[in-house]
Amino acid sequence: MTNHTLTADGLRKRYGDVHALDGFDLSVPPGVIHGLLGPNGAGKTTAVRALATLIDVDGGSASVAGFDVRTQARQVRRRIGLVGQNAAVDEVLGGRQNLVMFGRLYGLNSADARVRADQLLDTFDLTDAATRAVSTYSGGMRRRLDIAAGLILTPAVLFLDEPTTGLDPRARNEVWAAVRAIAVRGTTVLLTTQYLDEADQLAARISVMNHGRIIASDTPDALKRQVGGDRVSVTVPLREPLTSIAQRMAAAVKAPPAIDADTRTITFEVGTGVVAIAEIVRALDELGVTPEDLMLRRPTLDEVFLTLTGKEVAR
Amino acid sequence: MTTLRAGWVITQRDLAHWVRQPWAPVFGLLFSIMLLLVFGFLFGGAISVPGGGDYISFLLPGMLALSMMFGVEATATAMANDARRGITDRFRSMPIGSASVALGRVGADMANSAVELLVLIIGGLLIGWRISSDPASAALAVLLLLLLRFAVLWIGIFLGLTFRGEGATMAVQVLVWPIGFLSTAIVSAETMPGWLGDIAAWNPLSATATAARQLFGNPSGITEGPLVAGAVWLAVGWPLLLTAVFVPLSARAYRRLRH
Repeated sequence: MTNHTLTADGLRKRYGDVHALDGFDLSVPPGVIHGLLGPNGAGKTTAVRALATLIDVDGGSASVAGFDVRTQARQVRRRIGLVGQNAAVDEVLGGRQNLVMFGRLYGLNSADARVRADQLLDTFDLTDAATRAVSTYSGGMRRRLDIAAGLILTPAVLFLDEPTTGLDPRARNEVWAAVRAIAVRGTTVLLTTQYLDEADQLAARISVMNHGRIIASDTPDALKRQVGGDRVSVTVPLREPLTSIAQRMAAAVKAPPAIDADTRTITFEVGTGVVAIAEIVRALDELGVTPEDLMLRRPTLDEVFLTLTGKEVAR
Repeated sequence: MTTLRAGWVITQRDLAHWVRQPWAPVFGLLFSIMLLLVFGFLFGGAISVPGGGDYISFLLPGMLALSMMFGVEATATAMANDARRGITDRFRSMPIGSASVALGRVGADMANSAVELLVLIIGGLLIGWRISSDPASAALAVLLLLLLRFAVLWIGIFLGLTFRGEGATMAVQVLVWPIGFLSTAIVSAETMPGWLGDIAAWNPLSATATAARQLFGNPSGITEGPLVAGAVWLAVGWPLLLTAVFVPLSARAYRRLRH
């Protein structure tokens, strides 16, 4: 555990009857982007706020960069950057003024704070807008400034709480590029998101969270493997008998069919997709059916997520 | 030391707002000047001052005290906005002393109110108000006014940290009016029905307004009761009491953000 930048061990936090954190465990090695994925109300924000020393927990322990978040908050704060859900920058001031102010609060003198502000404005492509009031910034620019403010001291850990919520796709891509660049420089990033593609795009490892605790933790690919093999989908033309075709193909690939009558699509979960495709094509050929579409795909994180949280609900 | 330094940085942030948006404080000043003109000239002719004296001379120290008390609204709004927008959380995630955020607010709001006081005093002098005492007494009057502002600042910090929704700001805006009028700031308590006059006389705002009148050498509108002799002491005591109550409450509200 000692070589992990971020650890949490059995964190608990209760709000009334709600167990926002209910035995939350996490360990993140240095220099990676770790995704914390979960639905609304899973406790992601509470976890980030506990790790960032903003709230007291009721039980458990956690450390950031080797310092205890409960007893060594000051040392932790020197080594983290927090980018919360709403862009916490001063709207009236310009981008540079914001970064200089935050730099001085981190203990830099005015000259150093200005130098650092200009570096960060350059890194996040905000130099042209440096003196403009932040209220005139686009959503993506505001977010980038927000992230820049969290990086003033080059923190060991940067917490990003749903950094792309409410952004349009272009702004989201800008933020993703910025996040990737941060991890390359050695900062550990804990990224919470409810967007599966965001976790898939950015995170080396993903922890799936539900009801205040981690229910699965692995690489995106391994998580996808957990819900089974590849998917093969066949879309059958309207005039063909859906059920009998499904039965014939099921016999060929030795897997139960999932039939969607609306889209006339039959899906099989199979071990190795390429082998199954050959079997399916042969079966279709024998039946004299020409499929409208034939698709092979890996399971998506959506399916991982639904499978995992579904199990959780059933338990 | 780092707490003070961080507080100063946060104060400077507000001072930079003046440069960026000069119309915001100017608008606030215009409001105070408008109130002064409305009461001085529109209503003033119909208001008599018990014990004699010109109404403008009576009114101006009252308006100064009123504008200091109305500052509670600006403080509460600024605190609530920062908390709601996550700026307070960002400050809390930084290696600065926990008093820095409040100290930054104190610095900014005291600077703001000092300027407001100066502008209202100049405005008063332009419409015929005069200081009829010595400079030392006048300076003490200004200090007592600022002391009232300091006290209500902590009420504002407490309210802003405790009630962070937009509704809270509205509530403060509505409540300051009856508290402001139920005092001797604009009319003498002696023109009110007995029980109402008693409440008004014990309003902390009345102590500061009356003390300022006495120290500026203006008609006080008070001919009997504790304010005749004790206004200056009450104008020191009330704000100190409020500060002693609301500083710990504010500290508690700040700690409760950790819940």
